[in-house]
Amino acid sequence: MNLRRDVFQAIADPTRRGILLLVASQSMTAGAIAANFDTARPTVSKHLHILTECELLAQEQNGREIYYHLNPEKMKEIADYLEPFRKLWEDRFNKLEEVMKKYKTKK
Amino acid sequence: MELKTKINAEVGRQDLLITREFDLPVELLFKAHAEPEIVEQWMGTKVLKLEAKNHGSWQFETKNPQGMVVFRANGVIHEFSPGRRIVRTFEMEGAPFGVQLEFLDFEKLSDERSRLSIHVVYQSGEKRDQMLKLPFAQGLNMAHNRLEEVLGKGK
Repeated sequence: MNLRRDVFQAIADPTRRGILLLVASQSMTAGAIAANFDTARPTVSKHLHILTECELLAQEQNGREIYYHLNPEKMKEIADYLEPFRKLWEDRFNKLEEVMKKYKTKK
Repeated sequence: MELKTKINAEVGRQDLLITREFDLPVELLFKAHAEPEIVEQWMGTKVLKLEAKNHGSWQFETKNPQGMVVFRANGVIHEFSPGRRIVRTFEMEGAPFGVQLEFLDFEKLSDERSRLSIHVVYQSGEKRDQMLKLPFAQGLNMAHNRLEEVLGKGK
């Protein structure tokens, strides 16, 4: 498996999305996360590694255990990616509305 | 401010949905997609061809102030049902995003209000995400160009 740093690649995988949902409510250890999936433990570890690489997850040492938690800032970045695309259409549609309102009164 | 235009792009899928309600009768909303002179006004592009009929085709082109073509796209119109629906393909020329299939549904909400839903299907989830990121990347480039302009003037 390649280590992809692109957040979009990271969230394209259903298991990784499942992991993000799991840790959204509470920090968890790798073992506790793996227990929620049928996938083999090393596979879950790889997913955790990828999510950590692209900063969607952050690690926290608590005694001997490492806990994973969600990085809300990075999650927000994903949402922000969509915004310029939405804005592009919003601007076009505003213009359309304006043009057609004039068109209507001209008639 | 209320967001009038909504984009629904679920992760891991190869399609997305754009919806918007307009303060316009559905006939006018549809007309804005059918008449070349009107399309040019709100899309901000030149319409080289727009055959508003079943099995027609279309081509848009945008030039920069220096006369260089910066955007050209084309496609075919599979279905053209006045006031109701347009099914068409869209392909940006010279870009790696492939062909996308677009379903435009026009809906009457009242005599003065209407809704447009555009369902866009891409060749793959990867291509969809590349396309989605494009305005983001362009925004960055534009900011960068402006910065260069400002810096250039300072010299």
